[in-house]
Amino acid sequence: MAMPRQSTPLAWLRANLFSSPLNTLLTLLGLWLLWLVVPPLLQWAWLAADFVGTSRADCRSGGACWVFVREHLPQFLYGFYPAGERWRVNLGIGLLLVLALPLLVPRLRQFRRGWVLALLAYPFVAGWLFYGGLGLPVVPTARWGGLFLTLVIAGSGMAAALPLGILLALGRRSELPVVRAVCTVFIELWRGVPLITVLFMASVMLPLFMPAGVSLDKLLRALIGVAMFAGAYMAEVIRGGLQGVPAGQVEAARALGLSYWQQMRLVVLPQALTMVIPGIVNVFIALFKDTSLVLIIGLFDLLGIVQAAVTSPDWLGFTREGYLFAAAVFWVICYGMSRISRRLERRLDTTADRQQEMA
Amino acid sequence: MTEPAAVFEHVDKWFGQLHVLQDINLSVGRGERIVICGPSGSGKSTLIRCLNGLEPHQRGRIVVNGIELTDDRRAVDRIRRQVGMVFQQFNLFPHLTVLENCTLAPMAVRKLPRAEAEQLAMDYLARVRIPDKAHSYPGQLSGGQQQRVAIARALCMQPEIMLFDEPTSALDPEMIKEVLDVMVELAGSGMTMLCVTHEMGFAREVADRIVFMDGGRIVEDTATAAFFEAPQTERARQFLGQILAH
Ligand SMILES: Nc1ncnc2c1ncn2[C@@H]1O[C@H](COP(=O)(O)OP(=O)(O)OP(=O)(O)O)[C@@H](O)[C@H]1O
Ligand SMILES: [Mg+2]
Repeated sequence: MAMPRQSTPLAWLRANLFSSPLNTLLTLLGLWLLWLVVPPLLQWAWLAADFVGTSRADCRSGGACWVFVREHLPQFLYGFYPAGERWRVNLGIGLLLVLALPLLVPRLRQFRRGWVLALLAYPFVAGWLFYGGLGLPVVPTARWGGLFLTLVIAGSGMAAALPLGILLALGRRSELPVVRAVCTVFIELWRGVPLITVLFMASVMLPLFMPAGVSLDKLLRALIGVAMFAGAYMAEVIRGGLQGVPAGQVEAARALGLSYWQQMRLVVLPQALTMVIPGIVNVFIALFKDTSLVLIIGLFDLLGIVQAAVTSPDWLGFTREGYLFAAAVFWVICYGMSRISRRLERRLDTTADRQQEMA
Repeated sequence: MTEPAAVFEHVDKWFGQLHVLQDINLSVGRGERIVICGPSGSGKSTLIRCLNGLEPHQRGRIVVNGIELTDDRRAVDRIRRQVGMVFQQFNLFPHLTVLENCTLAPMAVRKLPRAEAEQLAMDYLARVRIPDKAHSYPGQLSGGQQQRVAIARALCMQPEIMLFDEPTSALDPEMIKEVLDVMVELAGSGMTMLCVTHEMGFAREVADRIVFMDGGRIVEDTATAAFFEAPQTERARQFLGQILAH
């Protein structure tokens, strides 16, 4: 879409939107559709909407009732997490954002070792902050909910799926038949069942197999199920990347005397993972959206809690606002992930183009 | 006499049914430079890849620097530290800079501190005349430059023996010379070299011996001058005729 050299807005319009009869027709059709959709939506969601108030009585204008969302916001964000303890959630999420910074700022690369350590320590710190114990009051997982729960499930699912997927993918290409068979069976088993089934199994079946007296937290069981499920998908994505690394790379690494794990860690995986960043992010995004399925085992993620709110007797009739809000939050986060992935891809590209770009 | 750098004794190798190396006997003296040539598919690559255990052999003995190459991982690791290898396709690591390519193995395998490894790498990059590209990525270099980096990368492990598998065959003609120059210089420094190549000018200039292979066998193993003057076998004569006719 290079612009012509002495381009005026008019010339640009002609070149891009009205270059042929068909193109002109499509442009007009597009404009017409926009005209049909945008003004009424704007009217409803903004111009005629109610923003102030505290109850449904304040929503009379006929537009959207954002009062509903505002009143429920704490619930949507934290579920039934006690109000006095919510700082722990904020702190935990804030820490994660700080940890994500090096992904965006290349200059922080020199602290890589410390960063990896912090990343490894994070789940434990976050688990302690969120759950409590050791001086903090315990907040049972039954009270976790809303966007917070969505982030916990998706976040721990992603954090577990990546290493699990790497190990499974390597195992599936192993020269040891037993390792290969175990990994293949594991991957195909988990990929062959819908996530809903996995969650049902985790919540209903798993306890049957547990020794008497041992009980695993419901959320923990769901987390394990989600992690295994996502790990199996991740494994196949990563295997694709492994296959894309030329055999000569491993040969050169072997000839230099690197051990198997050094070959993988230093030579093969960095290339394989870079190649499949879009696929990895795809799994992440799917996982993030699939977290809403935990509703069926009685956990209230963002969507679950919105659904509970729109069906509560005091606030009947604000389904649209609730779902639109949930959709917007999901979209913002998923879009954010896809942007970050694009950035990473561009930054990790070491081919000649980059030199030109920098020059 | 000192112990040879590498010895093949009655080595056989099969790829499935294919008998690719047949009763190979070869002794490589210290500081000796051997050029291996022969028609395509004759087993030249396989021969040198057996020497550092990239390919396992099924029968016979391979001894490198006094260490016998067996299934024992530690033996293989020790041998690989002492043997550098340069490939036809360079096989540089594209996600690492030139400098990082050179410091990777010294740091990971020989456990050198970074500063020392970088010093070493810069020395060798200077020797292959490419120090100014230390911070470029392989994808930003020409083929000849990449192959010179690959040579430096192998040298950074300070090997006793260097293996070359057709190092110039993937290069455009105008880049062949810059790589050969580096190799000639390396030969002059007393490095033990085993080199698969069809560059007969290079062979004539630096090789002590020419090993000619055909059909998985060493058919001829002669001093360089003698080989070029009068090959002993008909097969080698034909081959030489074809090569030199180009
Ligand atoms: N991994 C492999 N599996 C099966 N057969 C192989 C393998 N590698 C090589 N071969 C076969 O072994 C024979 C010797 O191969 P090798 O690569 O050693 O020949 P070469 O002399 O190096 O030939 P070229 O000049 O083409 O490089 C060939 O017939 C080849 O097809
Ligand atoms: Mg070959």
